[in-house]
This record gives sequence, C-alpha cells and structure tokens, in this order.
Amino acid sequence: MNWLIAILQGALFIILAPLLAGWLKYCKCRLQNRKAPSLLQPYRDLLKLSNKQPVVSEQASWLFITAPYLIFSATALAATVVPLVVVDLPTSASADVIVMVGFFAFARFFLTLAGLDIGTAFGGMGSSREMTISSLAEPAMLMAIFTLTMTASTTNLSGAIAHVLDEGLVLRPSFVFALFALILVAIAETGRIPIDNPATHLELTMIHEAMILEYSGRYLALIEWASQLKLMLYGVLIANIFFPWGIAETFALKDLGYGLLAILGKLALLAIFLAVAETLVAKMRLFRVQEYLSFAYLLGLLGMLSHIILEASR
Amino acid sequence: MIAAYFVLLIPFAGIIFFAIADSKSDMGKINVYFNAVCLLATLWLAVNVFNHGTILSTNKAYIVDPFNVYLIVLTAFVGLTTSIFSAPYMAHENEIGKLTAGRLKLYYTMYQGFMLAMYLVLTTNNLGIMWVAMEGATLATVLLVSLYRTPESIEAAWKYFILCGVGIAQALFGTILLYYAAMQIGDGSNALLWSVLYENAQKLNPEILEIAFVFMLIGYGTKIGLVPLHNWLPDAHSEGPTPMSAVLSGLLLNDALYAVVRNKMLVDGTTHSNIAGYLMMGFGLLSFLVGALFLHRQKDIKRLFSYSSIEHMGMMTFAFGIGGSLATYAALLHMTVHSLTKSAIFVTVGHTAQIAGTQRIEKIRGLIRTQPQVGWGLLIGTLAIAGFPPFGVFTSEFLVLLATMHSYPWLAPLVLLGIGIAFAGLFRHIQPIVYGEKPEGQLPVKANLWPVIIHLGLVLWLGLSIPGFLAHWFSQATVLISGSTPL
Amino acid sequence: MNIGQTDFYTQAILSLAALVGLTSFLMLGQSRLLRLIFVFALQGFLLTLTTSLAAYSLNNPHLYISAALTLLLKVIFIPWMLRREVLQMNIHRDVQTLKNKTMVMLGGASLMVFSYYVLHPIVQTTTPAMLNALAVSLSVVLLGMLLMISHRQAVAHVVGFMSIENGLFFAAIVATKGMPMVVELGIAFDVLVAAVLFGIFFLHIRSSIDSLDVDLLNRLNEVDK
Repeated sequence: MNWLIAILQGALFIILAPLLAGWLKYCKCRLQNRKAPSLLQPYRDLLKLSNKQPVVSEQASWLFITAPYLIFSATALAATVVPLVVVDLPTSASADVIVMVGFFAFARFFLTLAGLDIGTAFGGMGSSREMTISSLAEPAMLMAIFTLTMTASTTNLSGAIAHVLDEGLVLRPSFVFALFALILVAIAETGRIPIDNPATHLELTMIHEAMILEYSGRYLALIEWASQLKLMLYGVLIANIFFPWGIAETFALKDLGYGLLAILGKLALLAIFLAVAETLVAKMRLFRVQEYLSFAYLLGLLGMLSHIILEASR
Repeated sequence: MIAAYFVLLIPFAGIIFFAIADSKSDMGKINVYFNAVCLLATLWLAVNVFNHGTILSTNKAYIVDPFNVYLIVLTAFVGLTTSIFSAPYMAHENEIGKLTAGRLKLYYTMYQGFMLAMYLVLTTNNLGIMWVAMEGATLATVLLVSLYRTPESIEAAWKYFILCGVGIAQALFGTILLYYAAMQIGDGSNALLWSVLYENAQKLNPEILEIAFVFMLIGYGTKIGLVPLHNWLPDAHSEGPTPMSAVLSGLLLNDALYAVVRNKMLVDGTTHSNIAGYLMMGFGLLSFLVGALFLHRQKDIKRLFSYSSIEHMGMMTFAFGIGGSLATYAALLHMTVHSLTKSAIFVTVGHTAQIAGTQRIEKIRGLIRTQPQVGWGLLIGTLAIAGFPPFGVFTSEFLVLLATMHSYPWLAPLVLLGIGIAFAGLFRHIQPIVYGEKPEGQLPVKANLWPVIIHLGLVLWLGLSIPGFLAHWFSQATVLISGSTPL
Repeated sequence: MNIGQTDFYTQAILSLAALVGLTSFLMLGQSRLLRLIFVFALQGFLLTLTTSLAAYSLNNPHLYISAALTLLLKVIFIPWMLRREVLQMNIHRDVQTLKNKTMVMLGGASLMVFSYYVLHPIVQTTTPAMLNALAVSLSVVLLGMLLMISHRQAVAHVVGFMSIENGLFFAAIVATKGMPMVVELGIAFDVLVAAVLFGIFFLHIRSSIDSLDVDLLNRLNEVDK
C-alpha cells in the first residue's frame, strides 16, 4: 500500500511538472498584458515533440542519444526523494538530501557533455557557462540545506520535514537566511531570469538553451520535461522545507487530500512570486552571476552561523 | 540650583536672539555680553557649590560637584575671552571679504549653541543626555569649521563630521551597554543617572561594564583626539576660523575627557581589575608620543598647535589612567592650565596669521620686530605650553612625572623623552617665526591682546600658587575620582 | 538555548534581528544610490516593527512613540531627503562599481562573527536571546562602518552613518526595552540635525570639487609636497 503511494507520488511529480510550467507562463503573460496560452499547452508541446522524428547530427556519439534518457531518469529519481504530499514513505529511507544533490549533479553532468558532444561553438559555450554557475551554486545550496538538516539533526529530507512540522511554529533566524539563499540558488539552478532567460532566442545570451540547441523530437521532449521537473522540485523543496504545514503525515485519505491541495496551493503561490520577480528584474550579465551566487553562499553561511550561535542547545 | 538653570538658559536665549536678529547689528558685542552674563551665572553657581558642597537638582537631572564646577567656570571664562577676541577679529574677516554677513550670523548663533552644549555636558547627571549634548556640540561646530568655504575647509569639516560622528556612535553603544547593565539591578527610570549608578557601582556586572568602557573610550576618545582616532583634529582646528580653534582646543577636548573620566569612575567602582586605567594609559601615552613626534613635520602654524593639543590631551589621559591621587590631581590641574594656555596661543596665532597673511610657517618671520606684543605673546605662550617653569603647565607635568616614577618607573623615561621632543618641535618652528628677518610689507594689525595677557597671567598664578578654593575642589575631585586623598 | 523552547516574543525578535542584519548585507552590495536608500528605508521599517512588537509585548506605551518617531524619521523623512538630493544633483545614474564586492561581503560576515566574539564575555550573565540581539546590533554598527569604508560616494557615507544609528537603536530596544524618553528624543533630534547638516554638506562639497566622490577630497595631508 505504501509502495503504491510512493509510486503514485513520483508519478504525480512527473505529471504535474508541465502544469506548473504552464501556470508560470500564464502568470507571466498576464503580467505582460498578453493573452496567455492554455494551462495544458506544455502537455501538447511535449506530445507534439515526441511524435516528431528526431534529427541527429552525423558527428553525434552514443552520448548524444542516451543523454536525454539519463537526464530524465536522474531527475525523476530525485523527484522520489523529495516529499510532495506525504512524508514517511518507504522510499524515504533513501531520501537523503545529499543523494538528491547527487542526482542533480548527475543529470547536469550528462547535459553538459551532450552540449559538448556535437562540437558546435554554442554548445560548448553553454556547457562551460552551466558548469561555472553550478560550481558556485552547489555550495550555496548545500549550505542552505545543511541549515535545515542541522536543525533536524538528520540529512533525511522526510525526517527533517517531519521534525520541523512537529516543533510547531518556531521562527528561526537561520531559516530566514536559508530561505533567501535557497530561493536565489533555485533561480540560478533552474535557469530563470536574472541568471538565464528561458525564452530567449539570442544564442549568445543562452546558457541552458545553448546546450540543448541541437536536440529535436522525443529527445527534446524528454529534456524539456526534465527541466520542468527540476523547477517543480526546487519549488517543492522551498515550500515543504520552510512552510511544511499541510503536508500529510499519515496515509489516511483525508490527510493525503489535504496534502495534495496544500502543495498545489503553495506551488501556485511560488509560481506567482517567480513570475513577478522575473517581470520586474532584468537579466544579469554573466560576470555578475558570481557576485549573485557568492551573495547566496554568504546567506547560507550566515544561516548556518546563526543556527550554531543562536539556536543550538548548549 | 537656580544658578545652573540660568547657566543653561542664557546661551539658549543667545541662540534664539542671534537666529532672529538683524545681521547688521553689532553681533560681536552682543555675543560678548551674553557670555559675560553667563560667566556671572557660573560664578554664582561656583559660590553655591563652595558653600553647600555637591548640588543635585530635585529631579536628579543635573549635578554640580567639585569635579565639574571649576570646569563650568573655566568654560564660561574661556568663552568670554574668546568672544572678546573674536568680535574685532571676525569683523575684520568680514571687511576683507572672507565672510558674508549671513555666515557671520550663523557663526554667532552656533557659538552660543556650542556653549549651551558644553554646559549641558558638564552639568547633566544623565549619561544619555551627556551623549546627546556631546553630539550636539559636534553638530554645532561642523558648519563653523567650513565657514570660509574653501575646498580645504570643506574637506576638514567633512572629515570632522564623519569621524566624530562615527566615533560618538561607538560611545552611544557603550552607554547603551551601561544602561543594560544598570537595568539588571534596578528599574529603568534612574538607570542612566550618574549619581545613582555611582552609589550602586559594586552591584553592576563587571564584564558588561568593561566592554561598555572600551566603547566609550573609543567613542569619546575620538573627540579627545586620542591617537589613532585623531585624524580630524589637525584639519578641523586649522581650517576653521581662529576663535573656533581656540574654543575647540580649549573646551571641547576637556569636556570629552570629562565624559570619559565620569564613566571611568563607574567602571573602577565595579571591576576589580584596572583595565580602564591601563587602556587610558596606553592610548594616552601613544597620543602623547605621536603628538610630540608629529610636531616636527608641521608646515602650518595652526596644525602645529593642534598636534600640541593632541600631545597634552594624551598626557592628561595618561595621568587619569595611572589613577592614584597624585596623578589625578595633576591631570585636573593640567586640564585647567592647558585650556587657558591653548586658547591664549590660538588668539595670538590668529593675529599672527592676520599679520603675515598666511598660516604657512615658512612664510611667517620676524614677528617680534613687526608687532612686539604679538611676538612676545606667541613666545611666552609657547614657553608656557612647552612646560617651562614657573607656568602652571610645568607644575602639572612635573606632578605627572612624579606619579609615573612612583607607580610605573619604567614609563618615566618615555614621558621625559616625549616632553623633550615636544619642546624641541615647538621651538624649532617658533624661533624663526618670532625672530628671523622681517619680510617686506608686513604691517602690524589692530590687536586686542588682553585675553592673552589675562590667560597667561592666570596660568602663571596657578603655577606659582594655587588658590585655596581651587585646591580644595581639586582635592575633593581627586577623592571622587581616585578614591584616596592626595598630598 | 534551544530556540524551540523560548517564547514567541524572543523568536520574533531574533528573526527580526536576522532580517535587519540581512538588510545591512544588502546595503553592502548595492551599487546604485537610489536602491541603497530604499534598502535603508526598509531597515528603518524593520526597526519600527521591532519597536512596535516590543511595545506590545512589554506593555510599554512609550515605545509606541519611539516606533512612530523611527517611522517618521528613518523611514520617511531621511530617505525622502536623501532621495531628493540624489535626484537634484543628478547622480542617480552613477554606477559605483565596487572593486571586490565578494571580499567586502566576506569581510562583512567576518565582522558579524567578530561582534559575537566581542560580546561573548557576557554570556554567563545574560539570556542567550539578549546576547544575540546585542551581537546583531553591534554587527549592524560594524557593517555600517564597512559600508562607509567601501563606498566612495558621500551619499553612501551618510547612509552608512544612519545605519550605524539604526544598529544602536536596535540595541537600545531589545536589550534595554527602550531608553528613557528624554534620551530618545535627544537622540532623534541629533539624528535629524545631522541629516539636515549632511544635506547642506552635499551642496558645499558639490560646489567645491564638483562631484560627490570623497576620494577627491585629498588636499589636507601630512605628506611632504
């Protein structure tokens, strides 16, 4: 029974990711006073792409063809680690936060290699930029996550969230810092403005898009889906770590229902917040990304310091 | 106590008067009258204290005890004599076009404002109000330093504002910490009153007080001019108008030291280590030596005497730091005589600059041939400040040296060395100024040297024999500060 | 001290302290003056919230007056005045590129740790919440000084100075439940006069060296020419 729910939760992640992307696009369009496409448009796009025949360059190696599958599976596995609707699933024994970061790194590794594989200039440029950003963003993210894990004394995400939930409403300064750090890192890692514009068509400003420039057909569909899943993963992380109320702790149907509604509501709010931020802020030049990310690292560091100094029992 | 209220009300009335007065009226004379009336009020207050001992106002907001009563009279006195000097001086500056009438009005308004702030620092019993008044004194003088609106004076005023402002913010943090320590043993309504804190000093938390004192020393020490926080002092004292330099050097530095010593009295009653004393000794000695060394490099006559101020304030801080009755007595005497001598010197320097048309030392020569009064005044003033007997500065420096040899004999050579270096530095610049070939076209100016003569006469008198009531107050203040009787 | 076991007031104060510290860091990284002034106003607003919370929780009506004073002075008047001056002198388009923004930020973090170290000796005798509130306020003071050191624009110096006062005010509120009213009024008056004087100074500096870059104020020094 629990395993069924675990599989269902994973499937829910994968299925809901394009819906989140559609809602985000809807919010951005309304803010720009445009008529938005339907919320289900990303599903239609994925369907269209998977029906088309992929065109693969002659210089491509086996890596180019297998990379999309690897990327999608790694991201989907990371999705099973993060609690969406309910904590304390059978998969939660392996739901370690470092494992999750490892899955992300795995996916990113293959994406970068795929960008380099064809040998075009843009692919290499995108890969090198992506690696620069992630080398600065990962420590920041780990700092922010570790603040949570130090509070809960475990790196198991489910256990940590359950601990925070049990303590009730406690205002912690370390969480304030860690929340801001994680938001900044999430924007960097998922490639949103101000780090990277997902809707750009100017190759020299691309980071994520440049790596996948050569993909088409079902490969492109898988990679797009994986990046939407990554966005949803970060959103769920932020929502469930820092505002975990509503998440189900038992498997009763009522609790699961509330849990689902709660997470949907939180994700919708986060998407609105992201859309507003993207509309207000301009894209940063690449050399300023390191300042941005070191600020995120600093916030994470401060969160950790304030946890050790302010909150830890002596 | 009414006398104290008068002392505060008169400068306040002065501010209002100058703010609304017509700028063509003879503001210099009216300024002198305000200061004269205030001096009378302070003398009345002094007589009250002499007869009745320490006076505490009914709501405990003001206190006049042997430590601050003579400082109050000194402030009024120096304020009066400087205003007598400044009336024709500033009128002359107005004539030659360095100042407009509007700025002259600002000058007189801020002069009274500054005097009010000084009196408030000295008479208040509330440490928070002491801070407010100290900051108020800074604010009142900031615009005056840049009165001439030259780029150098604007730079000096900016430096003064920023450095003193930031420094004093540290002192506020120290005061807040002190208030916090006081709140732990009592309720809030009189937790900042010095007299109450002094009585309950043993109950306060020593660690908090130590940290608080460090902040207050750094904060008020910036205003005293302790090295390495002294960078604003030479600039501000040299770029402002000369009466401003006289008043800043003579009065403001004293008041800042007074604030530090008031707080030190609290800390000494609480902690049983001598950390406050050691800190003051360290900073004081450093300021003393650095000031003495820097005297040699100066090219501007007012900067020369500003560094001399730094050196003397360093010596005073050092003496207060040694503690003990002899050193404290010496420091109190030194506060008085230094204030009188320095203001006299700056008056003379003002006339010197007017005669020579410049403040650069290398361009001023042959003063004694041009206008003997000014030349002799400068020479004797420098002799006095360098510590020649029989002037009062010699007495206090000698007592400090005695105290050092008694308590910390290994520091005595340093003190002697510093005095020697300072003497050399002053004279190597003053000698060519006063003697030396008279350059072409140097004419005497109309100079009123009575303030100088009176001040130097007082210093001479204090050097030869200290009058009874003053010695009495010094002894009582010494007991208050160091807890033991002197001599 | 386990934060879960302290009362809600302490938690709120600590979180607000963290946010005030965060605004100090944000100010360190700003290169545009108008945004710097905005973050400063935000810091003042957080202070107003803290004061109101303290007033409500300790039933001390004087603090409501303090909060109103802070709101008027630090959130409305001073930022408005600075903003007006910046726009009038047309320097809002100057982008000050800080060298080593990262190093400045890391320096700020080490200053925060340093302020904890300075206040550590009082750990025996105070509640941990008080210790932290004092340490955060000291670090805001030190970060304000760092802001003044790392920027060259005179307006940034004023903002740094005012944020030092903010840190002190925060210390006064959380550690001592508010200073006596007369002292508060005196300090507010001083800050007001200081702000007005700064405004006058901008005009003077501008007219004398034709820019507000204080690195150009370098005529007075001890170096032999």
